[in-house]
Amino acid sequence: MRLRNSPNGYGLITIGMHWIVAVAVFGLFGLGLWMRGLDYYSPWYQTAPDIHKSVGLLLLGLMLLRVLWRLYSPAPHVLPTHGRATRLATRFGHAALYLALFGVMIAGYLISTAEGRPIPVFGWFEVPALITSIPRQEDIAGLLHEYLAWALVILSGLHALAALKHHFIDRDATLVRMLGRERN
Amino acid sequence: MLKKTIAALGLGTALLAGQALAADYVIDTKGQHAFVNFKISHLGYSWLYGTFRDFEGSFSFDAQQPESGKVKVTIDTASVDTNHAERDKHLRGDEFLNVDDHPTATFESTAIESTGENTADITGNLTLNGITKPVVISARLLGEGKDPWGGYRAGFEGSTTLRLDDFGITRDLGPAAESVELILSVEGVRQ
Repeated sequence: MRLRNSPNGYGLITIGMHWIVAVAVFGLFGLGLWMRGLDYYSPWYQTAPDIHKSVGLLLLGLMLLRVLWRLYSPAPHVLPTHGRATRLATRFGHAALYLALFGVMIAGYLISTAEGRPIPVFGWFEVPALITSIPRQEDIAGLLHEYLAWALVILSGLHALAALKHHFIDRDATLVRMLGRERN
Repeated sequence: MLKKTIAALGLGTALLAGQALAADYVIDTKGQHAFVNFKISHLGYSWLYGTFRDFEGSFSFDAQQPESGKVKVTIDTASVDTNHAERDKHLRGDEFLNVDDHPTATFESTAIESTGENTADITGNLTLNGITKPVVISARLLGEGKDPWGGYRAGFEGSTTLRLDDFGITRDLGPAAESVELILSVEGVRQ
């Protein structure tokens, strides 16, 4: 399979990044919800947030690469069966997903770094604090992080429903293209 | 009747005299010579110290008549700071200080009892997390006198121990951390 996208289909790199992001988003959402309710004496009390932050920052790095890759290797042509409304909805939907993704990750970063501390990523390296002087930064960023996380999973759910609609109702190649099939 | 009136007059005079003698001080938050700190055990192994960065207060004090004194302090609970952003966020939330619902905590004295040279028990009402309870602060006069800039200052330190669940904080931090020591260390500038 090709690494780059072609006019007729997605390449391995785009497909791989798409599904890694999908798994990471739902994994981080579940982990985030679960860890907030942890008892102070739980063995996960410190490790769960460490994993959440480490994976979140790696995901931020991956998303930056994904945007660069998208510029370097443009997406395939839209399917000819997609009408004007579908194309417009797709465009808005994808833009909203990207915005929510970057928003939720930046907000999360601004919580943990609000006091100027760096965030260690699995002990491999640290991401330094950049913005620390906003009044009650951790509270504002925390609220944004929560709302954006919900927005992101709801948008992702709609995104998945739309893909299933294309597959089962419209019977077009939208979903299978993201599974590696090329348009014949 | 007459006796009561005379007694009341006498008491009134004594109160007036007390007020006339006791000087009013404003707690020096402007020059930051005042601290509202707290400490709580971490797992029974160490002390965690924190502070409220924003507060204001005043007291009246007369060394000859400590019983005539008064103290009032108002604390901005959202200014809690333990030098750890995630913990501070947690402390402001609904498991601890509920700062959105209860943005201020106050202490207002109701009685002062001298307990020795330079020490006193200050009884008063503490409102924290929306709950008002009487507490006793054991206080010590650290010093008073003229400052080098033409003013007059007096400094006190006092502390009291609060049970977290008395003030509606029910988050379980372990058996060693069921109460917190509140420490007020303040300098007042005489008005």
